[in-house]
Amino acid sequence: MSVLELHDLSITYRSERGDVPAVRGVNLTIEPGETVGLAGESGCGKSTIAAAVLRLLPKQTRVEGHVLLDGEDVYAMKPGRLRAVRWTSAAIVFQGALHSLNPVQRVGHQIDEAIMLHSSVSESQARRKSNELLERVGIPAERSRSYPHQLSGGQRQRVLIALALSCGPKLLIADEPTTALDVMVQAQVLELLAELQRDHGLAMLFITHDLSVLTSTCERLAVMYAGRIVEDGPSHDVFGDPIHPYSRGLANAFPTIGDPLSRMNPRGLAGDPPNPANLPTGCPFHPRCDRAIEICSTEDVLLMSASPGRHAACVHVRSGNA
Amino acid sequence: MPEPLLELDQVHVTFSSQRGTVRAVDGVSLDVRPGEVLALVGESGCGKTTLIRSILGLETPSAGAITFDGRAVDQRQKSLRALRRHVQMIFQDPTGALNPRHTIYEAVAEGIRIHKMIGSEPELVAEALSRAGLRPPERFMSRYPHEISGGQRQRVLIAGAMALNPRLLLADEPVASLDASIRGEILALMRSLVDEMGISIIAVTHDLGLAWNIADRIAVMYLGRIVEIGEAEDVLANPQHPYTKALLSVVPEMDRMQQQILTGETPDPSRIPTGCRFHPRCPVVASREAERLGILGHCTGVDVELVERANAHSSACHALP
Amino acid sequence: MSVISATSVAYSPKRFKRQRRKQAFREFLTRFRNDRLAVAGLVVLLAFTVMALIAPWISPKGGLSAVESIDNPLWAKPSGDYPLGTDHLGRSVAAQFVWGSRVSLFVGLAATVLTVAIGSLVGISAGFLGKWTDAILMRFTDWFLVIPFLPLAIVLAAVLDRSVWNIVLVIGVTSWPGTARLIRAQVLTVKQRLYVDRARALGASRSHVIRRHILPNVAPLILANVTLAVPISILTETTLSFLGLGDPNKVSWGKTLEEAYNAGAITREAWWYYLPAGLGIVAVVLAFTLFGRALEEILDPRLREQGR
Repeated sequence: MSVLELHDLSITYRSERGDVPAVRGVNLTIEPGETVGLAGESGCGKSTIAAAVLRLLPKQTRVEGHVLLDGEDVYAMKPGRLRAVRWTSAAIVFQGALHSLNPVQRVGHQIDEAIMLHSSVSESQARRKSNELLERVGIPAERSRSYPHQLSGGQRQRVLIALALSCGPKLLIADEPTTALDVMVQAQVLELLAELQRDHGLAMLFITHDLSVLTSTCERLAVMYAGRIVEDGPSHDVFGDPIHPYSRGLANAFPTIGDPLSRMNPRGLAGDPPNPANLPTGCPFHPRCDRAIEICSTEDVLLMSASPGRHAACVHVRSGNA
Repeated sequence: MPEPLLELDQVHVTFSSQRGTVRAVDGVSLDVRPGEVLALVGESGCGKTTLIRSILGLETPSAGAITFDGRAVDQRQKSLRALRRHVQMIFQDPTGALNPRHTIYEAVAEGIRIHKMIGSEPELVAEALSRAGLRPPERFMSRYPHEISGGQRQRVLIAGAMALNPRLLLADEPVASLDASIRGEILALMRSLVDEMGISIIAVTHDLGLAWNIADRIAVMYLGRIVEIGEAEDVLANPQHPYTKALLSVVPEMDRMQQQILTGETPDPSRIPTGCRFHPRCPVVASREAERLGILGHCTGVDVELVERANAHSSACHALP
Repeated sequence: MSVISATSVAYSPKRFKRQRRKQAFREFLTRFRNDRLAVAGLVVLLAFTVMALIAPWISPKGGLSAVESIDNPLWAKPSGDYPLGTDHLGRSVAAQFVWGSRVSLFVGLAATVLTVAIGSLVGISAGFLGKWTDAILMRFTDWFLVIPFLPLAIVLAAVLDRSVWNIVLVIGVTSWPGTARLIRAQVLTVKQRLYVDRARALGASRSHVIRRHILPNVAPLILANVTLAVPISILTETTLSFLGLGDPNKVSWGKTLEEAYNAGAITREAWWYYLPAGLGIVAVVLAFTLFGRALEEILDPRLREQGR
């Protein structure tokens, strides 16, 4: 059974200024132990999906479709069951650890709290477990008495990872976990995540805008644009030989060092990421697309098979010119 | 070899803080030639931002000499003001760098007014906006920063800087806070300014891919010093310094190199190690190679200088010939 | 490489600014109109201000004089002749109410002007100039901050003649430190903003930075502070007058309350003597507070910076 299944998931935020469709019909499956990447930029809906898995969206948000965690529909759960499932079946590692940790509580205590919320162990047992977790992520147990601001960015991110693992989840959702970190610290954190995955058989949903990071950490990846998945497939293929023009534009932002094609040749996409409250007609990418044809402004295209194991939502796939 | 546009000679910038003396820039000598892009690469705390701020006088060097266009730069208000006509800066956070109460027109005109440039102000503003890719310029003049996108804001900043016709542009992480897909456009704009107008750019970044994209030369900084400098292709294809090698090895998709993940945190400029400041994290020391070579004593005790080892490609390392 | 012809750019920044200001003002009026409490506050304030200004015409000064009121009934209930009755000396309470408003409002405004003038000057200087100037000015501010206003008022009343200006002085001297600290904090916040760094990088002089970046971001705070400082000053004046430290020759609402209390109006249940002044103070203070709160909400720089 899949660890996570998203069936035709559509999420619309409701505000006084009207409805904003953040996610529009997303399908995604993650098997046990698998790492799947979700790539996209601001406003594409990826963080919304992360929050949706644990039902952390604001009350009035309209959620259509299904989110199945270990086969159970998250949105059909009773509050008691939901609370039991949160953190024990799936946990989230957020971006911006400085804002995700309580600044006035010692980090060890925050992990203790998570453990005690979900099991009936004593405080000292929880403390032992949390110290173990901290050591596992590379933070000496003495540092458990530190406050978040006393730790470096990389250390805080490790604390968040320890916190996420504290209840033994089967799925780890990492939402931009290394974006604000230096490249060397990022490498350390990615290495840690890979180790933990191997040791615990964790499945992981890795969400980021950095396509190049996804290729080295995930087997499969999906690219999101304007609330939809516009391409998916094996990560090396999507990054190295993108089909959808947006994936191509995004991949160009991470040039391969040593590739003469990108030397003195910075390539990017014109225009700006779309505003989900005000999407263009037809294919939402068409205003920025260098391969747009007339039909693109009137007809929206859904994901279709481009080659075995690969899908893209582009009219050129249909006509075979991708 | 043309005369260098900017010369830095043993520049030091020191702060005093609660933790003690912070030697943010600890002896940097650097040349920038006309019409070139120099990428200043390093992690946080290496002093790269402090260095370029001190070129403009936003931080005061505690020692060392800065020469621009053959003339010495002193830190007096008048001298700095004259310098700021020729050296300009764009910032990492384009949203924060624009006063939300000022229109785009006013943001671009600010420099023009400060330096009392001759010519019709609206024309100068329009020309600057056009050159930065915001066309037609009139459409943007009455807007406010919150009404345009992040990429457009960075273009406004570039327009504001270019309106003064500077000869040197200091770019502090120019695309780090922008959406990935539009970074290429801004970088292409910067490259076109160099190619078409002959300006020089110092681009501070932690992203080696950016350096590959637009830089002619690269200088790698660590804890306030330059540890390697050379032509971009040389440094990236044949890195000399162990730190550069490690940085390159962890770039995702860097298949040709074995990943060398350094241990420890990015170091603290208030506690600079003795000897070669990289020695506590250096793989050459950690793998005991330094001991075998008999240079361990040097690495831990003797400071190291930049030495040219290949054509215009220098590095500061005891382990190299 | 000019892509613009000499005659094609017809943009006038000054005209645009004027248009934008008019538009901003209209927006402000709309949002203000929607806040009914604030409008009510404004109406009340205007009513009292008008009343204070036309006092000489609606209520002859003679009504305040005990000598001229010698033939009036004492402790008279409100009636046609005396809309708010008379007091223990036969003076018209209505006259005291009308004339009292002048002093209360005047002192409130004058003391606030003094407070804000000194507070802004000190706050902006300390915040902007920093280092030694900041340190010295802040110690100076702290010194004034701890001066308790009541003992100061008593001392001044004893040393100098009791007068309205004394009250203004006392309130001003004890209130400006609070304003100074508030403004200094805002100046420090703005000073750290990246756009101030950018202005310096462009070559801006200190005066340019203050004029174009600091002041526009501090002014709304000062305005909101003013409208909230006035009711505080009025209340303070009331307190001082009630305690007998006010000007003996001038009538104010606080003085009316003092005299009513001393004359035993409460035990006599002569509500028409003390209630009008008391309610008047409450009404004016409440009105200013509602108005000031609405102003602050609309002008808050934090909301502005988010582009609302």
